[in-house]
Amino acid sequence: MRKIIFYLLTILVLSSLLIGLAGCVPTSTDESASTTEFPVVAAKERFKIATTTSLYDTGLWYYLEPMFEEKNNVEMDIVYAGTGIALEYGRRGDVDAVIVHDRAAEDNFIAEGYGINRRYFAYNFFIIAGPQSDPAGIKDMSPEDAFKKLAEEGKKNPDEVKFVSRGDSSGTHSKEKLIWSRAGLNYEDIQQSGSWYVEAGKGMGPCLLMANEEGAYLLADISTFSAYKSKLDLVPLVEQGEIFLNVYAAMAVNPDKIAKAKIQIANNFINWLISDEIQQVIGTYGVAEYGRPLFNPTAGGSCQIPGCPTVDEYSKPVQ
Amino acid sequence: MSELWEAFLQAIQLIVTLDSEVVEIALRSLAISATAVVLASLICIPIGGMIHFRNFHGKRVLINVIQTFYSIPTVCVGLFVFIFISRAGPLGGLNLLFTPAAVAIGQMVLITPILMGLTISALSGVDKAIKDSALSSGATEFQAIWTIIKEARFAVVAALIMGFGRAISEVGAAMILGGNIRGYTRVLTTAISLETQKGELVLALALGIILIALALIINTVVNVALQRY
Repeated sequence: MRKIIFYLLTILVLSSLLIGLAGCVPTSTDESASTTEFPVVAAKERFKIATTTSLYDTGLWYYLEPMFEEKNNVEMDIVYAGTGIALEYGRRGDVDAVIVHDRAAEDNFIAEGYGINRRYFAYNFFIIAGPQSDPAGIKDMSPEDAFKKLAEEGKKNPDEVKFVSRGDSSGTHSKEKLIWSRAGLNYEDIQQSGSWYVEAGKGMGPCLLMANEEGAYLLADISTFSAYKSKLDLVPLVEQGEIFLNVYAAMAVNPDKIAKAKIQIANNFINWLISDEIQQVIGTYGVAEYGRPLFNPTAGGSCQIPGCPTVDEYSKPVQ
Repeated sequence: MSELWEAFLQAIQLIVTLDSEVVEIALRSLAISATAVVLASLICIPIGGMIHFRNFHGKRVLINVIQTFYSIPTVCVGLFVFIFISRAGPLGGLNLLFTPAAVAIGQMVLITPILMGLTISALSGVDKAIKDSALSSGATEFQAIWTIIKEARFAVVAALIMGFGRAISEVGAAMILGGNIRGYTRVLTTAISLETQKGELVLALALGIILIALALIINTVVNVALQRY
């Protein structure tokens, strides 16, 4: 009797393992595989990309991923990571393409030989959001002046005026540092200037929620802000300024540097992103839910301020 | 506070309606962590037995080191394995990073010290006379070790359950090694972390409740089986 139970248990454990492992195979392949003529299920090629958190937090990838997978018959693995770690994945050869938004860091990545075929496919703007009461009084200032005022008031009154920084080497964090320097302030001094300056070390969404809890100010991209708006009491306070332009770039990882990088799929992916069809999708994404598009497509040259990509940079197909 | 109650209701709803994404994530968690426990126990129980039964110089120091690694942060395990399996690392050619296998390896490394240390403790609890009598009745050393492991089975199984608990509940290694890829490497803990980041606190809590329910089922099955056997 004991033995029978022992064997039953063994079978149970083993079979649950097998079923579970089978569950590891993405279920989405099953449907399409069953409709093909060949009974043998060939494993789909996997295409790995690292994408900036703001594109992920807004849900855009949930929407775009199945479209690309279906068209190219690949299994897309999307790892979401801030620009800093996303580029590091690229350098180590752990992804085939990256989506980032930090021009200086991108230029570096290209100069090092890791990044090729950069194309810009969407843009939006940053805002400075904060509590409705605006204790620092920065409403409608220029971004640089607003940062100067925040530093002054924050140092004076750290209980009332707080600033939440991403603090994670993301594209947004780089932009924040750039604004501090344009405001004539040394970033290291800011970091050490007291409890008003909070380095969160989190993605865009979590930082918004954190700033909301603390009644703090922060630099956010308008798209993630809109997507989170229903959960927030924060309001946009500063929205105008050329420095707020935020352009999203897709780059392939150079197969000359990383032998296994899947350049063909990466190129298809980049060309797909700048295609008319997907540009249209990007331009309408979010309208139904938030009343306005979350991202502006680069197609058609709608971006016309300093820092906008050139025609070739957003429309010339890569090969 | 009302979130707790809502989360409980949502957890029940997700379980009853067999929400396909949640079921998939839960099964994946179970499979990955069970694989980690099986692999780790294949390594740890024999080695733990050897450490217990042999006397050698530095044995106490070794046991101390093993026990120290009970406290290793899961993120560190994740980073450690990442360095090896990232394409730039020594095992990069295997293409393991961002796969379910990578998560299982990470969890295996994570629970290895626990399983080894607790196996040693479990065996220490068995009377030495049993080994002597087994050996004197003509058993090989391996057979004697097996006899004692059977004698200590409750404590060894407790170690396995402990290891499983640490594996299925960890998030650091799963995040770094799996990348939380939807439909591929997303497990319960990384899903909880993601939903928390998105501010979907109720759903996050509900997933946590499902994880605990899963652990409850496993523990009950194992304990019932152990008592019968």
